[in-house]
Amino acid sequence: MATVEIRNVRKSYGPVEAIKGIDIAIQDGEFLVLLGPSGCGKSTLLRMVAGLEGITGGEIAIGGRVVNHLDPKDRDIAMVFQNYALYPHMTVFDNMAYGLKIRGIPKAEIRARVDRAAEILELGRFLDRRPSQLSGGQRQRVAMGRAIVREPAAFLFDEPLSNLDAKLRTQMRVEIKRLQDRLGITSLYVTHDQVEAMTLADRILVMNHGVAEQIGTPLEVYQRPASLFVAGFIGSPPMNVLDGRIDDRGGAVLLPGGQSLPLPQPRPTEAGRPVKLGIRPEHLAVADAGFVIEVELVEALGADTVVYGRLPGGEALLVRMAGLPSCRSGDRLTVSPPADALHLFDAVTGRRLEG
Amino acid sequence: MRGVALLDKRRRGFLFNPPHASPLRHAQPTKDHPLQRRVTFDNRLLPYLLLAPQVAVTLVFFIWPAAQAIWQSVHLQDAFGIRSEFVWFENFTHVLSDPNYLDTLKVTIVFSVAVTVLAMGVALLLAVLADSKIKGARAYKTLLIWPYALAPAVAAVLWMFIFNPDIGSFGRALRALGYDWDYRLNGGQALVMVIMAASWKQVSYNFIFFLAGLQAIPRSVMEAASIDGAGPVRRFWTITFPLLSPTTFFLLVVDMVYAFFETFGTIHALTQGGPGKATETLIFRVYQDGVVNNDLGGSSAQSVILMVIVIALTAVQFRFVERKVHYA
Repeated sequence: MATVEIRNVRKSYGPVEAIKGIDIAIQDGEFLVLLGPSGCGKSTLLRMVAGLEGITGGEIAIGGRVVNHLDPKDRDIAMVFQNYALYPHMTVFDNMAYGLKIRGIPKAEIRARVDRAAEILELGRFLDRRPSQLSGGQRQRVAMGRAIVREPAAFLFDEPLSNLDAKLRTQMRVEIKRLQDRLGITSLYVTHDQVEAMTLADRILVMNHGVAEQIGTPLEVYQRPASLFVAGFIGSPPMNVLDGRIDDRGGAVLLPGGQSLPLPQPRPTEAGRPVKLGIRPEHLAVADAGFVIEVELVEALGADTVVYGRLPGGEALLVRMAGLPSCRSGDRLTVSPPADALHLFDAVTGRRLEG
Repeated sequence: MRGVALLDKRRRGFLFNPPHASPLRHAQPTKDHPLQRRVTFDNRLLPYLLLAPQVAVTLVFFIWPAAQAIWQSVHLQDAFGIRSEFVWFENFTHVLSDPNYLDTLKVTIVFSVAVTVLAMGVALLLAVLADSKIKGARAYKTLLIWPYALAPAVAAVLWMFIFNPDIGSFGRALRALGYDWDYRLNGGQALVMVIMAASWKQVSYNFIFFLAGLQAIPRSVMEAASIDGAGPVRRFWTITFPLLSPTTFFLLVVDMVYAFFETFGTIHALTQGGPGKATETLIFRVYQDGVVNNDLGGSSAQSVILMVIVIALTAVQFRFVERKVHYA
């Protein structure tokens, strides 16, 4: 158990900079999720912590010890790979015992540790099997077991659930969460799935193009996205974004369609500034006055309904309502958000306007 | 990666399944047999016609010569090939009671084991090096494959130009250093030289397969092992080597057969089995007795014995060695 500190870490491949300076201190026992689209550098960052990629600049410290020049085996970490990376010629027992044998741990203790891990992961019946004789979910658990028995300073997960079907993924997600709560081992978890990030993380590091867009708890990231990118990446369906302008008194946002939405706090200093207005689909509700949309498509998901609408100016607007659909395509609907559910972003930089 | 997998499958299919047993792919369910995935032929003759070339090749180039060898091995022929007489197993008793034949057998065993071990060991080493991240890996791989394109006799001439004590560069250097190098007189030196020449040719072939085998091992498995604490040497012996075992086993069988049968050209061009009989292997003796000494019956008996030895060896390999092979 240990802290993991990442200080101004950079990675370049020739002239291309893949990671442009990431800073984060992960607390002992914390579950940090690295979230971002493919190619954002999140896996590279994880592999640098593991020691599988060289570090171009900056420092990584595990348990207070700088590990930049240590081999993976000396970093006291365990990793779960996307394709599980089990040793195909070894039994489940030997897969889990491999790292312990190398470290010269006595046979009896190896047996005890593997048995304990097998019990936690319900793998007891499969210890004599080869990976090829297991299902995807079972292989995933063996990969977890191999990490657990090592009792490392930190767990590294590289998209561990991506190769599972949707149902198993949900189930394993809960198991990982339960396991981490129980073992309390510092974890770094890479995913592109926002649901995994929201449910597992103590904190989320949202990455885009090698930069940390935002670091925060799942609710902070959801409620106060630091940029348009984060706003669009977290939440399903994604946040509606409309072009707008703060009016001359700084008390409301003017939209091209002529609507005016009052701001919860007036912004007199920013009067006249062009902005992007973000509204989450789930925050729009049918009202007497507000946005008038023409309904184009209705998706009934059972528990809730997603309405694809279009504003008179042609902009798309998504509305997510609880329960069964109450409208049909072609209908006209008037929806409006509560004043405190508006997100304002700079029209040029995309950064959040605080306040 | 896909190319490697294909190669792997084809190789295994060739060696471990009879070719006609592989199911026909791309088969569309037909109207008459909506659930049948295999191709069915309306014409009863067509399947046999399609099979005919394969059968013909096997018959003409394998079954017929083998049958003829067996037939001749129980006959005694005069030197002009005019008369032949059925002599039961006289040829065999004659061959097997000849002390020279047992010497040849010993030379063959030393030669074959040495060639197999050397060719596989060197190829594996080179393949591991080529698989690691090195500069100019592509050029290096290409160069390593070239020797296989060389005819055995040409390769042997090249070796001669290197090791000849009078005109060979290396041979002259050895002599200049005071070492009494002359493979034309020293049987041990001659055997070492033919072993090296024969191995050298097979290294390329083994190299390709080992490299393909290495590239089929997922990188993440090696990474997992290094995170688990295994250093490069341990990773090789506990992960790489076991995962290469199908390739290693395949090459073991192929190299044994190569050493027994296909090294004739190399030996013929380099030493003609000499000096004395120091480099005379079973296959070379078959040629020597049959073609040079005109003893067709004895030569055929040796052929049959050689065939039995190689069949037995291959059977043993499949029976006992393959058990330790892990097929992914």
